Amino acid sequence: MSTRTFQLDQDQAPLHRALLRYRKRRIVSFDVPGHKQGRATPELTEFLGANCLSVDVNSMAMLDNLIHPISVIKEAEVLAADAFGAAAAYFIVNGTSAAVQAMILASLNPGDKIIMPRNVHRSAINALILARAVPVYVNPGLDIELGIPLGMAFKDVKAAIEKHPDAKAVLINNPTYYGVCPDVKRLADLAHENDMRLLVDEAHGTHFYFSDDLPLAGMDGGADFSAISLHKTGGSLTQSSMLLVGKRVMEDAGYVRQIINLTQTTSASYLLMSSLDLARKNLALNGAAIFSRVIQQADYAREEINQIGGYYAFSKERCDGDAFFSFDETKLSVHTRSMGLSGMEVYERLRDEYDIQVEFGDLGNFLAIVSIGDRPVAIERLIAALSEIYRLERRDPRGLMANEYIEPHVAMTPAEAFYAKAEQLPLKDCIDRVCAEFVMCYPPGIPILAPGELVTKEALDYISYAKSIGSNMTGTEDLAVEKLYVVI
Amino acid sequence: MNRYELWFNEFHTEHVTFSFRVDRQLLQKTSDFQRIEILETPEFGRVLILDGIIMCTEKDEFIYHDMIVHVPMAVHPEVKKVLLIGGGDGGALRELCRYETIESIEIVEIDLDVVNAAKEFLPTMATSYDDPRVNLIIADGLRYVRRKENVYDLIIVDSTDPFGPGESLFTKEFYGNCYKSLKDDGILVNQHESPFYGQEAREARLTHRRMKSVFDLSRVYQAHIPTYPSGHWLFGFSSKGLDPIKDFDADRWNALGLRTKYYNTDIHVGSFMLPNYVLELIGELS
Repeated sequence: MSTRTFQLDQDQAPLHRALLRYRKRRIVSFDVPGHKQGRATPELTEFLGANCLSVDVNSMAMLDNLIHPISVIKEAEVLAADAFGAAAAYFIVNGTSAAVQAMILASLNPGDKIIMPRNVHRSAINALILARAVPVYVNPGLDIELGIPLGMAFKDVKAAIEKHPDAKAVLINNPTYYGVCPDVKRLADLAHENDMRLLVDEAHGTHFYFSDDLPLAGMDGGADFSAISLHKTGGSLTQSSMLLVGKRVMEDAGYVRQIINLTQTTSASYLLMSSLDLARKNLALNGAAIFSRVIQQADYAREEINQIGGYYAFSKERCDGDAFFSFDETKLSVHTRSMGLSGMEVYERLRDEYDIQVEFGDLGNFLAIVSIGDRPVAIERLIAALSEIYRLERRDPRGLMANEYIEPHVAMTPAEAFYAKAEQLPLKDCIDRVCAEFVMCYPPGIPILAPGELVTKEALDYISYAKSIGSNMTGTEDLAVEKLYVVI
Repeated sequence: MNRYELWFNEFHTEHVTFSFRVDRQLLQKTSDFQRIEILETPEFGRVLILDGIIMCTEKDEFIYHDMIVHVPMAVHPEVKKVLLIGGGDGGALRELCRYETIESIEIVEIDLDVVNAAKEFLPTMATSYDDPRVNLIIADGLRYVRRKENVYDLIIVDSTDPFGPGESLFTKEFYGNCYKSLKDDGILVNQHESPFYGQEAREARLTHRRMKSVFDLSRVYQAHIPTYPSGHWLFGFSSKGLDPIKDFDADRWNALGLRTKYYNTDIHVGSFMLPNYVLELIGELS
């Protein structure tokens, strides 16, 4: 259920309505895009559908313009702000990465410090390169049994703030990839007491806004910015996203728009934007019912998976009131290491043997996303396939490596390292050098090494183990991830 | 004077239809899972239709139900415990109940409305729901079988096509769970789609491949069922070792004295002899 109330009529979808009106007017277009409502591209039109191509259009008076919204996009953004309980909302069409970058760039000037956990998505560290900002990393904490990073303990953030009182912002994940949430409200208050902004990477938490049974959403906890990935759990098209702004920073709303416009396209896709408009409407009207069903399905799956034996589909019982403050029950995070299989191996078996695609697998866990679109039959298939994998493949867990927190040794800022003169060396020759690029498993896209960090033996061991169990490594210029750029 | 004709049309492919005249519609109901219809027809008698696809007709259901039940029953020496998944129309249940050696039959049907429709409108098929050995369970077959281990002598999967509520009954995880729930000499028989038209043929090939990856032995047999797409229909016979020909005991089955309209012990052997195009489809052409 949800006790959220709205000031505006959330049944409206102004951008959607404007596109319907546009389609009805059968306008002759001598503007871009050149496919002219799909007439020039029969194969693509057949593939995506004529309806789709007919509204793949350019900004024009009746459809407003994302870089300077004054009519239907503006209305849609105002409705979105109301739906999410934010002071303002910005539609983003360059992915949530762009939203994360915008809130960091809008809060930091070159040389400013930002306090953040190390288990952030690469988009956050990319933003530090663009902002020439200085990260102050906080150990996010670790659930030792599961081998998953958590959301930062209050006292660790407090200590970082005391040590770096000049920092401008604190960034948190709400939730982490695994569904772990920190104490948003307490951290927001702490940041504000110290004149810092609280930025929330809420890429996996869009649904928090529509259910009282889920962890507290960023805006509700008093955050200043929140980057929400509507396409992940909210039902909009891939790459569409929103940046939410809290009332404390509303005086900067115009500046935020300018920051977004630094990097966002001037040809924003109406397919993406209309999907945001309709997803917001659906979430506002039906979100509470949808997510109570999603939670039920995920709970059912956890119960069943835990009866198979071997697996541990964890939930709220892991919460510790601090770094693991609350848990997103729609995340079906399953620990596999104690049955002798890495999460990556289970991920691969599901894909190759059973045609089931889950979100990602790591050394000891895999994550299945249960969302708005899932059917009971799909949940049954996942459970049945897991029971088969257990029956056929379980083995002695000894010798399997667990996830550990690799303490980063920051030698220079991400920007300094990224722009420094660098040379490309085989991984093994990089020990004790300063890394000039990222190395990560993707998904989840959390860097093992980031620009500016010392390459340690620990990190290299982790990389070689992750490779050996089949993790998909990315980040380096060398696509084979055998060589790494290090600062000269 | 009759001013109009009422016809039922089923698309067998995008370009092929199968149609018959309809006297009247006895039932139309949308359940939680599918649209259920029963038509009264001059040629086929009563016809059960799910989501627009013919499941069985009074005129030719004996072929399907004979072949899905008597083939495994003539191979396994002593079937006591049977799991029937799907088959809400009751036809397979009727044939199973003719064997006195069977001690219990669990029928797991996902849609109670299909069972009720059959009981009300298909009295020649739904004859055996009251047999004391029969235990009707309304549940998802995949979910039900997952919890069972080393229980059954025979599992019969009498499902719809893999494009509706029957989807999960065509998956590798389902077959694996069935394998686990069978005893060491257990047999699984499933409806295996048609080898003729593209969509069903692809499913037939995939189904056989999945079966082979799970079971120790997996064979395909066929029958001619006039109201199914192309009339050429396949069944799968999978086991933990029992061979449908080598372990088949014609004399023992004949001694039971069961009268059947389609099945006989020669058909049994013959039905496992497949045309080359089918062998090629399922990757068994030598």
